[in-house]
Order: sequence, then structure tokens, then C-alpha cells
Amino acid sequence: MSEILIFAEIEEGDLHSTAGELIAAGRKISDDTGDSVSVAIIGGNQDLGSKAIALGADKAYIANDNAISEGVADSYLAALHKICLEVEPNVVLSSKTPIGRAVGPRLAYRLGTGIAQDCMDVSADSGSGRVTATRPVYGGNAMAKFTFAEKNPQVIIMRLKAFESAEPDSGRSGDVVELNISLDESDIKTKLVETVKQESEGVRLEDASVIIGMGRGLGGPEPFSQLEDLAKVFNGAVGASRAVCDAGWLDHSYQIGLTGKTVTPDVYITVGISGASQHMAGCSSSKNIVAINKDGDANIFKEASFGVVGDWEKVLPAFTETARELLDS
Amino acid sequence: MSLNIIVCAKQVMDPETPMSAFNVDEAAKRVVPAQGIPPVVNGFCENAVEAALKVKEGVGEATITVISVGNDFVMDVMKKPLSMGADQMILVQDPATENLDALGTATVLSKAIEKIGQADIVICGQQASDWDNAHVPMGISEMLGMACLSEARSIDIGEGTVTVASSRSDGYEVFEAATPCLITVNNEIGEPRYPTLRGIMQASRKTPETWTLADLGLSDSDVAPALTLTELFVPVNDRQCEIIEGEDEADSGRLLALKLREEKII
Ligand SMILES: Cc1cc2nc3c(=O)[nH]c(=O)nc-3n(C[C@H](O)[C@H](O)[C@H](O)COP(=O)(O)OP(=O)(O)OC[C@H]3O[C@@H](n4cnc5c(N)ncnc54)[C@H](O)[C@@H]3O)c2cc1C
Ligand SMILES: Nc1ncnc2c1ncn2[C@@H]1O[C@H](COP(=O)(O)O)[C@@H](O)[C@H]1O
Repeated sequence: MSEILIFAEIEEGDLHSTAGELIAAGRKISDDTGDSVSVAIIGGNQDLGSKAIALGADKAYIANDNAISEGVADSYLAALHKICLEVEPNVVLSSKTPIGRAVGPRLAYRLGTGIAQDCMDVSADSGSGRVTATRPVYGGNAMAKFTFAEKNPQVIIMRLKAFESAEPDSGRSGDVVELNISLDESDIKTKLVETVKQESEGVRLEDASVIIGMGRGLGGPEPFSQLEDLAKVFNGAVGASRAVCDAGWLDHSYQIGLTGKTVTPDVYITVGISGASQHMAGCSSSKNIVAINKDGDANIFKEASFGVVGDWEKVLPAFTETARELLDS
Repeated sequence: MSLNIIVCAKQVMDPETPMSAFNVDEAAKRVVPAQGIPPVVNGFCENAVEAALKVKEGVGEATITVISVGNDFVMDVMKKPLSMGADQMILVQDPATENLDALGTATVLSKAIEKIGQADIVICGQQASDWDNAHVPMGISEMLGMACLSEARSIDIGEGTVTVASSRSDGYEVFEAATPCLITVNNEIGEPRYPTLRGIMQASRKTPETWTLADLGLSDSDVAPALTLTELFVPVNDRQCEIIEGEDEADSGRLLALKLREEKII
């Protein structure tokens, strides 16, 4: 029996929300292969190890070293590389976070093995232990399934929220093991000089249960305030297409999509968005998509469950007013 | 200071190809190129060319060499980086490149970069809009033992150092590394400049050098794939959209809100 190794990140002293998602994906592979699920926690403590066990892991490795520099991919890469040489896992799972998507591929190349990025699903062959990874390609226009050549570990990077974390079960038991790793200073080639956060007012896009999507069809930055008014009715947030961000109407932190944020609200109301596959890649898991677009042939109507074909300038004010009345009453 | 800058650029199917013209040959596991829609230089690779030109303007003296690995190059398309202002171009053109996966591509590109020699900075796009791998550049940095600065939205050159701002979903992070290093860039670095008439004239007089895998000392076994594509398909979409129609557009907006309430969506 071999191990499925999960690279669990730490955020503000706690396990990153993606840790549970990766453990869930790891459990799915484990159901097929019988391999155990281990979690690598780099720069963390025993307490986080116990939390990983509660989320479904069989074992947690805690690795610390003075050379680990928080937020620098090189550190986690060097540590994870050492852990892989020791544990020889079958599979390594990482998440498509800024650190995860830098560490996962580089680990695979360092070990000369295969890597599949941005995966939505995983399964494995019980006999060979080979994983099949399902991932969107061509901007989400097509789906592809890949299998890995013989060499281990098979490195897989999961799309955020592709799997749902299990509820923590403090009754679960597992080993928490401290690993002695000592990193070579020369492994750390980059230095984090500064972190600049653009504070968003109100509800964070990733947490919002209602999102209003702003598209190029709005013609300029001015209508943003009208979308904000609508978002306020639902205590929601405004997001945007890349076209809107590239045009400078909104900052890139508003961008939803393949190269922007992944959101999964209860309702995503798009206004003047055509529904290009690269945009849908970031929002297709929304529970409901609603479209306001003047072109009845726009792709967004193939993705939405309700929509109006019309000019947003006429449709939106009436929609907002009615929604406000309904929610106030 | 004269910098040697290498830009890796890939020819891809136009990602703006309408979905109705996007077809997959499931048996061959290939995307069928849409009739009459020429390929393009991958968008983020054009951003990489733009980034290289900005670096060159900043330091004054630099040579920009563009490398591409592929088979069916359309020369008018691939010359765009030259007409934007890159100095020279190398095409690694070989039928064997048809079957390369990301590991193989990174192997070929790193061999080509070694053959050119003395690279100070390698600039790549963040991801190619065909397979959306977003990791070939990381393979290159690993193989060449270079620092890797990914997802840059700006690049600053110092004495033997490079500082980049990496895009994050809520802002950015500034990283620093010594040269030689590899940088991947995205659209936030700024729009690729339009080729000038003079640029187009100059590019028309330049002939890209072509290398084969054998020229790089690579055999088939050096580029054996690490991944096998087992299925490629267009996902079925059976979602039905209910179009709400009122007496006029404002009425439709009003009815849409009522409908969403009735369905307990809002
Ligand atoms: C590698 C790559 C990555 C990408 N990543 C992303 C990403 O992360 N996120 C993203 O969003 N895009 C991304 N894109 C870009 C994507 O392909 C589209 O170009 C983009 O999503 C289009 O934005 P849009 O829908 O706002 O604009 P358009 O496609 O121009 O659509 C505007 C829509 O507004 C409608 N309209 C116009 N006027 C009105 C009116 N008065 N009333 C109502 N409707 C109106 C039009 O009918 C049209 O459908 C990426 C592309 C590539 C190649
Ligand atoms: N065949 C290729 N030729 C040249 N550069 C490439 C090639 N494939 C990938 N790249 C570089 O790697 C970047 C990311 O591509 P990918 O990892 O395939 O998504 C691209 O933007 C290019 O800079």
C-alpha cells in the first residue's frame, strides 16, 4: 500500500479551506486504490495535523525548518520534494491557489513525473493505481481525461471547490508525525518583498451568495454603481468579465473566470456578459445563473436558467426596483 | 548592460473562435481547426513579447530572441513578435513535436535555450489557451535551475536582479530574484503593442532560424510523454433557459424578479 500525499496550505495559522477539499479528493482516489491519505503540513504544528485527521486524513506529516519563508513557493517546493523522496507517494494533490499552482508543477518537473493542472475530478484504477484526471481544456470548450505514465508521484492540481470538504469529525484517529527536513538555503531563490492587498468593501466575491456580473455590454465604468445598488439589495457582491477589467473599468480583483476568481454563489446574475467559455470556467458551478443580454443568441442563454433578452438600461432598473420591493416585504 | 532576453511563444487556435465553430474529433482526440479562422500567437505570449520590449526600453540594450516549438507554423502569424520589435526568432519545427506533452515541450524549450546560451531572463506566457496547462515555463525553470517568478503584472530590472509584482486575486505580491531567472506574465502587464509599418517591413526581411529535435540532440525517448490523453469531448449542455418576456423591456425586468422570487431563487 502506498500513500496519497496532500499538500495542505496554511492561512492565518489555520488549515487553508482547500485542505479539506483535497482530502475529499484524496479519499475518492483511496476508495479506488486502497492507498492511505496523508497530509503534508509545511511550517505548521501538531494541532493542524489533528485538524487534517478530523477532515478525513489517515496521517499528517508536520515539517518545519528555519529556511522556510512564508509565502515563497520555493520553500514549500523544497520541503515537499524532501518529503516525497522519503514517503514515495503514489499521488500528490495540490490546489490551484497561488502557492499550490506554483509548487505542484515544479515538484513534478523536479521529480520528472506527470502533472495535470486545474482538475475537476479524479478516479483511479484499482489494479494499477493509475489515476485518471478530468480537466477542462481549450478555455473550457472541451473536457479531457488524462492518465499518467508509470512514474510516481502522479501530481494533480485541483480546481478550487471541485470537491466539498467533509465536516470535521474529531472522533477520527490517525498519526501526526514530525518530519525532520533540513532545507538547503540555495533552494530558496526568490524573496517575497511585499504583499499588497486591495481591500474590497462589503462582501468578498468568493463568499457572496448573490453575485452581479458586469460585462462589456454595459459600455463603460459608470453603470457599476447601478450594479452595486442591485448587489446591496441581496447583500451580495459585484464581479466582472475580463473584458471589463482589461478595459480598466474595474480592477482585476473583480475578474471571474479561468484566469480570475472561481465563484459558486446561489445566484449569479449576469448583465451584458456574452458567456465565453473562459468566463463560465469561473462561475459554472453557481446554483442558478440569470442573464440579461440584448442578444438572444449569446452563449450565456445556454448557461442560464432564467433570462431576459433586452437592453440592460431598460431591464435592470425595473428588475432592481421589483427585487427591492420583494425583499423588503 | 546588455541583456539576453528569451521569449517563448506558442501558436494556438484562436480562442475567440465561436463555440459553434469549435469541434472535437473524439476518435482522434483532437480539436478540429475551424475552417477559415487562422491560428494566433497565444495571447499571454504576446504579453510576454510586450514585457520583453518594455524591459529592453528600460535597460537600453538587450537582444530579444523568440522561440517557438511546433509543427504547422503559419509564418504570417508567427512573425508578429518580430514585427512588434523582437530581434530574432527560432522555430523548433519537427513532426515529432505533434506528440509532445508539457514535459516534452519544456524539455525541447530548455534545450533550445541552452543552445542559444547565456540567457539572462526567459519570459513566458502564464498559460497557453489550447491545453491551459500553465506549467511548461515551470518545467523550463526546473530544468535550467533558474528561479521562477510567475504571474507577473510588472517587471523591474536591477543590477543582476529582477523584481516582479505577481497578480493575486486581491492585490499583488512583490518578489525578487537574481538573474538568470524565468518569468511568466499575464494580460495585466499591458496590451501588446500594435506592430508599426516599419516593424512589419523589418520583420518581412527576417527569416526565422529553424531547428529540429535532432539539432538539439534530442531523440524520441528524451521527449516521451508523462501524460496520456484518453478522452477529449465537448461536454453536453442540456440546460434550458426560460426567457421571461413582458410587454416591454422594463416589464420583462419586473417579471424576471417576480419569477426568481416565485422559484425561491431570490
Ligand atoms: C486564456 C484566456 C483566458 C481568459 N480568461 C478570462 C477570465 O478569467 N474571465 C473572463 O471573463 N474572460 C476571460 N477571457 C476572455 C473571454 O474569452 C471573453 O473575451 C470575455 O469573457 C468577454 O467578456 P464580456 O462577456 O464582458 O464581453 P463580450 O463578449 O463583448 O460580450 C458583451 C455582451 O454584452 C451584450 N450587450 C451589449 N450591449 C448590451 C446592452 N445594451 N444590453 C444588454 N446586453 C448588451 C452583447 O450582446 C454581448 O453578448 C479569457 C480569454 C483567454 C484567451
Ligand atoms: N510549444 C511551445 N512553444 C513555445 N513556447 C511554449 C510552447 N508551449 C508552451 N510555451 C510557453 O509556456 C507558456 C505556458 O504554456 P502552457 O504551460 O502550455 O499553458 C506559453 O505562454 C509559452 O510562453
